[in-house]
Order: sequence, then structure tokens, then C-alpha cells
Amino acid sequence: MAMAEQERTFFEYLVYISENHSPLDFMLVADHIDKFFFGALLTLEITILSLLIGGVMAVPLAIARAYRTPWFNGPIWGFTYFFRGTPLLVQTYLVYYGLAQFDVVRESFLWGPILSNAWWCALITFSLNTAGYTTEFLRGAIENTPKGEIEAARACGMSQARMIWRIVLPSAFRRALPAYSNEVIFMLHSSVVLSTITLQDILGVGRWLNGRYYLAYEGFVTAMVFYMVLVFFISTGFRLWEKRWLGHLRPRDTADA
Amino acid sequence: MDSVWEYRNLLLSGTAVTVQLALASLTLSVLLGLIGASAKLAVNPIPRRIAGIYTTLVRGVPDLVLMMLLFYGGQQVVNDLGAATGWWDYVEINQFIAGVWSIGFVFGAYMTETFRGAILAIPRGQIEAGISCGMTPLLIFRRITWPQMVRHALPSFTNNWLGLIKATALVSVIGLHDLVWNASTAGRSVREPFSFMFAVLIIYLILTAFSDVGLRWLDRRYNVGVDRA
Repeated sequence: MAMAEQERTFFEYLVYISENHSPLDFMLVADHIDKFFFGALLTLEITILSLLIGGVMAVPLAIARAYRTPWFNGPIWGFTYFFRGTPLLVQTYLVYYGLAQFDVVRESFLWGPILSNAWWCALITFSLNTAGYTTEFLRGAIENTPKGEIEAARACGMSQARMIWRIVLPSAFRRALPAYSNEVIFMLHSSVVLSTITLQDILGVGRWLNGRYYLAYEGFVTAMVFYMVLVFFISTGFRLWEKRWLGHLRPRDTADA
Repeated sequence: MDSVWEYRNLLLSGTAVTVQLALASLTLSVLLGLIGASAKLAVNPIPRRIAGIYTTLVRGVPDLVLMMLLFYGGQQVVNDLGAATGWWDYVEINQFIAGVWSIGFVFGAYMTETFRGAILAIPRGQIEAGISCGMTPLLIFRRITWPQMVRHALPSFTNNWLGLIKATALVSVIGLHDLVWNASTAGRSVREPFSFMFAVLIIYLILTAFSDVGLRWLDRRYNVGVDRA
């Protein structure tokens, strides 16, 4: 018997440590790590798609706001105020659970494929939400365009549309980049709302694991690590991007001169 | 919409819980923010390092994950620790406490950055002038640093506060009977989820509008001596 005890493989030894001595059952997490990767895929998928859709929506909205376009400015302000002033969780509940209240919605052709589907409801809500935030800081960046750049464009005889396209937007995008990196991380953080409407994102998988094995924290700690790694990649990416696109705005390094 | 009116007391008591939660978390986050900012500005590298880890950690982890970790895992850790050291008896971490600690912890990190920036905006010469007049550090904080720090910190503080109010909605996920939880329960039972969720959104808009008015008043008060363009 003593011999058999000796002949445990390294793997069995790891499982034994993990189950009996480690404060965190890491082998159990390792067994289900593929689920966490699928969760990360869903988190990234929704985050990136909604950022893309919201970003594309935000550009014309921000231009309309910045130039105080009559008829549009007021409603757009209302839209951004509504989406920025209320929690994303409640907005998502409103769309996913709320819309079923109306017979018109339930009988429409959109109900089956889209509006009864958690994935689509999340995408719609998240896109509108990020569009609201992006519109406002992009508007700020457009309004802060240096006067000289606009005067130069006018002096060259550019039309309003051409000036916006060639001068104002490229320079505003650059100035908005730091705020945008915050928005991207904010969206990633907000995407935990997915797990509250039955979707298996990173946190959703963590909750599932804890529920299934009746654990206190393994699933959440793993989810935490996954989110931290994602945020690390995003902020490193933006730092490189800012170096590339905002290089001309950095204070000159006088040490080399 | 009639049924929302019928359930108004449930919604109001939920709103009271939400507001209490927000104010308690705000207090904790301001405390953590002040401690964090002074640690970040300290000469000693050890508190600086710890505060750096704190702000990086919070930037990396969503608040709901921290909240669940604290609510489901924290109970066990706190009681194991209490049993091992014998310093405290059984502690129950309910939803409210888990919510206050996790929201306070997260927004404490944002407050740290807010206060740090605000303190850095005060010209160094003023502090030196205070020292040369023989003021104690406490007096310098009260008469020189604090009044100007508040002024510089207010815009970013306002943002943090608005974010904090919205973050309170997440506590409903761990089961605190706050505004969102009460409304979704009532909405399900009378089969009018849209009306109830819409009412919740309106209540949140009212809360943010009220705080906007209050913070604008503070802003005017602390900017009395400043000539604005």
C-alpha cells in the first residue's frame, strides 16, 4: 500500500494539493478554463461590436451638437442626457425584459430573431449607451479645435463640409483619443451586465462555475484575472496608439538636445 | 402606468435604500481617496507603490466582479481570519455592506486620482509660505490645501459621483432590495416590466439632476474668489 502511495503521478499530486491544501482549487479552474476563454470571446465580441456601432453613430451626432444644428441639437442632447444619466443595467433590463410588455413588439417580425434574443438586446443597448458617451466627448473635442486651424481652412477657401472632413475631424479624433481609451475600458467593465441577462460572458462563466461546484470565490477570482489581462492589453494598445498619433503634442524631450 | 403609481411606496423605499447606499459608498470613497492621494504624493516609495497597485487593480476589474467576490467570498475569508486570530466573532456580510465596500473601494481609486490632481494643481510656493509662517501641517491642510483642493477637484468629483449613483444599480444583482430590485420584482408580478423599468430610469434621472444642482452650488461657493473668463 505504501508503494502505491508513492506511485502517484505528478498530475494526481497537483490535484491533491489543489483540493486539500490550496486556498483556491486551481485544478478545477484549469479543467474549465476553455469555458472562460469562450466567455472572453463573448465579452470582447459584444464590447467591440457595440463600440464600433456606437462610434459610427457618434460622429454625425457630435458634429450636429458641436455646430448647434437647429432641429437636431435638442433631441440629440436629450438622447445623450438620458443614456449618460441612467445605469446601463436598467437600460438593458428595459430592452430585454421590458419590451415584451407590448403586444405590438411581440407580434412584429423583429421579435423572433432579434428582440427576444439576449445577445441582440445587449448589442442594441450597449451601442446606444456608448454612442451617448462618445457623442459628448467628441463634441467637446470638436469645439476645442484651435481657432487658427479653422481660420487657415477658411483662408484656403474650403467649404464647411470639406473643412470638417479634412481639418476638424482628424484633429478632434486625436484630442479625443485619451478620453476614448477610458470609454473602451469603461465599456469592457460595463459588459458584466451581460451575465445578468443569461449570457455566458467572463463573469457569467465565473458565476456558473461557482454555482455548479458550490464554491465561494474561485470563479470570481478567475474572472478578475481575465478582466485584468484584457484591460492591460487595451491600455498598452492605446498608449502605443497615442504615441503614434499624439506625438506632435508631447512636450519635447530636452534631455537629448 | 397606473400600476406603477399603485406600487409607489415600494419604489420609494427602494429609492431610499439606493440613496443610503450611494451616500455611504461616497463617504468611504472620499476617505479612501484622501488616503490614496496622500500616499501617492508621499516621499516614501512604499505607500506610493501600494497606492499605485490599488488604482491599477481597480482600473482592471469591473465593479460587479469585486462586489460578487466580496459578497460570496468575503464572508468566508473574514470569518476564517477572525477564527484564526481571535480578533472578532462571526461577521455577517450582507448585501448592503458588500455593496458599500465594493463601490466605495472602486470609486476610492477614482477619487485618489481626482484628489491627487487637485493637490498637484496648488502652487508649491503657497505650501512653503505656510511652513515659513510656522503653520502646523494640519493648519496648512485646513487653510491652504483643502479650500483650493475642493475647487480643483469638483469637476472630476462630480463625474465620479454621477458614476457612483449609476453603479448602485448593480447591487440589485446580488439581491439587495434597492430601487432596481423592487421595481423588477413588481414589474414581473404585474406583467408590466417596461413601465417599471422606465420609472426607475426617470428616478435615476431625477437623482442625477438634483445632485447637479447641489454640486453647481458648491462649485459657485468654492469659486467665489476666482476670476473666470
